Amino acid sequence: MGTQEHQIDLGHLLAFDPLHHFPSPPSSREELVKECLQKGTELVQSIADTLFNLPSTEDIDGPLVKLPPPTTRLPREKHLPKPKPPTKWELFAKAKGIKNRKKDKIVYDEQTGTWKRRHGYDRVNDDEDIPIIEAKMTDEAGEDPFAKRQAEKKKRVEKQEKNRLQNLKQAAKVGALPSHIQLAATALPITGTQTAPKKVSKNELEDVASMAATATASGGKFDKKLPGEKPEKHKGKYRKFLPVVEGTGIGSLEKQQTEKILNKLISKNSHEILNVDRAINMYNVKKEKKRKNRQGKDSSTSSKLKPKKQLQKKSLKKGTSKKGKSK
Amino acid sequence: MLKIKTPKSGKAKREIEKRAPKLVESGKKTLILQGTKTSNVLNAVLAEIYHLKKDSAVRYTRKNENIRPFESGGETSLEFFSLKTDCSIFVFGSHSKKRPDNLVIGRTYDHHIYDLVEVGVENFKSMESFTYDKKLAPKVGSKPFIAFIGEGFESVDELKHLKEVLLELLRGEVVENLNLAGLDHAYICTAVSSNRVFFTHCAMRLKKSGTIVPRMELVEVGPSMDLVVRRHRLPNDSVRKEAMKTAKEQPKKKVKNVSQDVIQGKVGKIYVPDQQVGSVALPNKAKGLKRERREAKMKHETNDRAPKKQKENSE
Repeated sequence: MGTQEHQIDLGHLLAFDPLHHFPSPPSSREELVKECLQKGTELVQSIADTLFNLPSTEDIDGPLVKLPPPTTRLPREKHLPKPKPPTKWELFAKAKGIKNRKKDKIVYDEQTGTWKRRHGYDRVNDDEDIPIIEAKMTDEAGEDPFAKRQAEKKKRVEKQEKNRLQNLKQAAKVGALPSHIQLAATALPITGTQTAPKKVSKNELEDVASMAATATASGGKFDKKLPGEKPEKHKGKYRKFLPVVEGTGIGSLEKQQTEKILNKLISKNSHEILNVDRAINMYNVKKEKKRKNRQGKDSSTSSKLKPKKQLQKKSLKKGTSKKGKSK
Repeated sequence: MLKIKTPKSGKAKREIEKRAPKLVESGKKTLILQGTKTSNVLNAVLAEIYHLKKDSAVRYTRKNENIRPFESGGETSLEFFSLKTDCSIFVFGSHSKKRPDNLVIGRTYDHHIYDLVEVGVENFKSMESFTYDKKLAPKVGSKPFIAFIGEGFESVDELKHLKEVLLELLRGEVVENLNLAGLDHAYICTAVSSNRVFFTHCAMRLKKSGTIVPRMELVEVGPSMDLVVRRHRLPNDSVRKEAMKTAKEQPKKKVKNVSQDVIQGKVGKIYVPDQQVGSVALPNKAKGLKRERREAKMKHETNDRAPKKQKENSE
């Protein structure tokens, strides 16, 4: 069979045989598959015939062929990118015949006598570099010229930002907003306030709603829930205090906790736990004290009292711990 | 009040820019998903379609309750998924008593449904059931050959539509330059009757024939199935006209450092970096010219003499 019978679209590597039809429906599935494969091989061969005869360039990975544009037209995935409308300044500049001139990035700064950037950080004529502003006749008394300069700059920046937003809005209307920019609506500012309120997020609203729901005598326990309303988020206590009194179970938890912290602290400084110098010092001081005590023993006989005191203390402690258990 | 929202990180910005409409598009992604009920056959079909298109497909494995592409209101969540995953072809599987093993293949334009074709799957044979030499197994992402056989694809309206949709689904990445060594598989679709299409996937064996063109041999590698056309919806005429628009002029790449001159013609600018005389390799490697030696010598000359003198003084 010749290739004229087949429609070939090399752009998609597609071949189509519109003339073929089965003279008699194949009796079994194997026959059908066999016939299809045979016909398919023919078509594939005819694609290959045209494809391999295209001029090719040798590459390390194999011969490269430049495919012709496809003849079967397929729909686009997204609309064509729309041209950006001119900004207000661009319109004005066109009307007035103003053309962009290229400016140097670096400018000589007379204040400091060096070359500096035109814009941005550490730029020419930076506010911080101006030590003196000469007084003029028009100056008002009691006005800080430096503060005025700064305020003017701030105003200019704000105005530019406003213009930018206006231009973006204009572009959004046509649907030609740059892909990475989104214009999000915020809540209307309350009259009288200067700043626009921040947009309240869904989570914040839910929190507020659940907080308001608990403002009944029962703490919101018996309230009817609206369809779709979620149960309040924070139920019950936030923070638990462990019992201070020692005991078993939870009672011993407090001790464990403090021990854990202590162990951590001690193990952290374990390498310096034995200060040899200090130990020797202490030993020496003790020795000295003993010697002194021996000298003054004759006058005072308080040594017998000391062990008694300790006994009393111990008994007291035991008493309290027992009480704690009984509770 | 309006607020300007921009991505906070460079990566996010690049990701968004990838999704922006382009003058020349580079291929569509496929979303593969199913309804509340599927059959074993359908699960296998969806899995294998995903397998064939692994480089440019997204597979949703959860049940989707309210997707009914042909009914009004049943396409909203589908359109949302298309927007979310940036896919513009979808393959949706569902199984019911009325329409067993149902497969809806559709396309979207601007994340709105463009057209739909509904087919039933019959006589499905999975990839695993075919035995062949594994050396022939097609690679992921290679460009396939596609062959359509039968007059049905031209005379019957539904099949004509199915052909276009299948072509878009199967064609793979849109490329300008093709490596001939990478050709390894072909899809064969045959119109058996007015509503039945036999679909199979074959590997190609390129054999020497004595000429430039190799002799092709097809080996069935699966999956293979019968697609029975059920319902279909053609695109709206106005939408179709809109979607078929192409850019007239191709975007030209900016050529740097080349300019045209009236007198000299084409002028190119070449950047020549400063000559690094110190690090140039010398033709003959004389020992005395080695840098370390020279430097060491210089060091010795300056450092060593002073301490020696001091020693003498001290003694």
